[in-house]
Amino acid sequence: MRIPCPFCGPRGNDEFTYLGDAIVQRPDPAAPEAMQAFHDYVYLRENPSGLHQELWFHGSGCRSWLVVTRNTRTHEISEVKFAGRRGEA
Amino acid sequence: MSTHRLANGGLIDRAQPLSFSFDGQAYAGFAGDTLASALIANGVNLIGRSFKYHRPRGILTAGSEEPNALVELRTGARREPNTRATTAELYDGLVAASQNRWPSLQYDIGAVNDWLARFLPAGFYYKTFMWPAKFWEAVYEPLIRHAAGLGRAAGAEDPDHYEKAFAHCDVLVIGAGPAGLMAALAAGRAGARVILADEDFRLGGRLLADRYEIDGKRGLDWVAQAETELASLPDVRVMRRTAVTSVFDHGQYTAVERVNDHVSVPPEHEPRQRLWKIVAKRAVLAAGAHERMVAFGNNDRPGVMLASAARAYVNRYAATPGRRIAVFTNNDDGWRTAADAHAAGIEIAAVIDSRAEPPGEFRALGIKAITGAHVSHVHGRLGVDAIDVVENRRAIKVECDALAVSGGWNPAVHLTCHLGGKPVWTEEIAAFTPGTLPPGMHVAGAANGALTLAECLTGGMAAGAMAAVECGYPMASISLPRASDEPAAIAPLWHVKESRAKAFVDFQNDVTVKDIALADREGFSAVEHLKRYTTLGMATDQGKIANVSGLAILAEFSGRNIPEVGTTTYRPPYVPVSFGVMAGHHRGRDFRPIRLTPSHQWAEEQGAVLSARWREGLARNGQP
Repeated sequence: MRIPCPFCGPRGNDEFTYLGDAIVQRPDPAAPEAMQAFHDYVYLRENPSGLHQELWFHGSGCRSWLVVTRNTRTHEISEVKFAGRRGEA
Repeated sequence: MSTHRLANGGLIDRAQPLSFSFDGQAYAGFAGDTLASALIANGVNLIGRSFKYHRPRGILTAGSEEPNALVELRTGARREPNTRATTAELYDGLVAASQNRWPSLQYDIGAVNDWLARFLPAGFYYKTFMWPAKFWEAVYEPLIRHAAGLGRAAGAEDPDHYEKAFAHCDVLVIGAGPAGLMAALAAGRAGARVILADEDFRLGGRLLADRYEIDGKRGLDWVAQAETELASLPDVRVMRRTAVTSVFDHGQYTAVERVNDHVSVPPEHEPRQRLWKIVAKRAVLAAGAHERMVAFGNNDRPGVMLASAARAYVNRYAATPGRRIAVFTNNDDGWRTAADAHAAGIEIAAVIDSRAEPPGEFRALGIKAITGAHVSHVHGRLGVDAIDVVENRRAIKVECDALAVSGGWNPAVHLTCHLGGKPVWTEEIAAFTPGTLPPGMHVAGAANGALTLAECLTGGMAAGAMAAVECGYPMASISLPRASDEPAAIAPLWHVKESRAKAFVDFQNDVTVKDIALADREGFSAVEHLKRYTTLGMATDQGKIANVSGLAILAEFSGRNIPEVGTTTYRPPYVPVSFGVMAGHHRGRDFRPIRLTPSHQWAEEQGAVLSARWREGLARNGQP
């Protein structure tokens, strides 16, 4: 598998480290249902058949965290963005 | 002069004689031989014993699909078990030994299994080794372990080294037969960066083994011309002895280059094998096709061989499998073997064609043809003495010392399936052809079910040009060489019903037609169940000869058609890959990097006990 890093270009997956689901958001610890929210945050994951967003770290390259949109059925990668700029348009 | 070497012809260098030994007996061959062709040239037919019944076996094919002729190559720490004699290049001083026999190849005690066969049907171990439970560890497991396996591993550390390498290109062409060469030329002339990989040590594919003409010249001359042109193109890299074994996502391919398997000891600082990871924007699969066998009684006797292989030994290696050859075919291609052997001065006992109407173009040769007939039995034990031919329910005996069999061709669709593609049944050629392709892959030539030479050249050119265009190169102007559209008609025949003796489908795992019938009777009629119950196609050849025939026979027994039965999954690797080359340099001390802490030297001076990986001081003077 090859990941097109927006900074380095397409590179083999042995340059990257997989972290996991890029969708989960850390809940607010001060919120009233924080215990349940943290349980879900730590343990519950979607297991989609199709498009999936995941975090990859380009450790042997530019050392950026990336959000990779990958089709779990075909392994086709449709989009790669820098994780740190997720909030930006 | 070796007994079965033809006086002239062949792609062997008669000026370079080589000596080698098989089971302690010295023989002579020539540069350009494989171990198999040199053994055939010396009249050696008996090469090994089969896995389950210990039946005598010879050479069935002339390529990497070989299920029978497995030997132990080299000695000592370099001994390599289960090596296919058909792909082992001959070198001076080569030492090979047969395997899975005791006390000797001619007299093997294990052959008693052949007589006990009625007590050892498919899946007998699932029924026999079930009870009593306490017998498992004490009796059954040691018994099975003793019987398991074929060759012996070296049992010592491999003194050679192996390495890994990366390569990048626009177009990877897999296979250097007519379609592959044409594809490489088309892509190379367009300016694309091309890698052309072939598992053979010589480019040309079937053109080396056949007597086809291209542009009015010998096929070999066309190959030489293509080779010269490819060498002159700066961005084309030709990799011989390199088998592309697997396809991975996003255009990644794995290939094994057998850098120094054709010498006894690799030169200093050179690896024995190299594992390539090739990244390609586009690939053209031109892997050709495998000929398949027909199942009939004793079809595994040494001296029974695929027709394409017999032709390869006669044409490419100038070695004849027999002095009086019979041919059994269900298609036009089998006749080509008879014609070529006839032209080489070998006596043809008869051509047995299962069809009523053989092709007209071979009639002029004056070869005896028995049409609408089947071979039902092979006489002889360590070789072929005669065959029984059933014609109109009347059996006649034909004396011969070798039998060439053609059951049609299976396109080598393997690499198209590594990413989940399923092959589709194509009725006209009675074979599976590629279905959904991996992204970026084109298929050309026989691998695509285009079995004639003209189709191979056209398909190769189109695929190569298309791949280059897709990589952003202009369409190259290239003229298509002229070749004939030779006849390739076929009437499917999978097994001969009149057979009384064991009729083998999978030669390496000893699966017979009866075993498939038994599996179907017992309810294992899904193709994946059949595979696991009978072990069909589970040997190191991964069923290259057996699988399609096996499922066609299953279809017949279970009253379904072949597409309904479907195929098992084609998984990587395409050919066996040694553990050594997968490990590369990562072994012994270099298995994992040793990392030292800044205090390492100090800790060592204090007599610290160091942990295996991080080498940090765990304890001092035995105290934690």
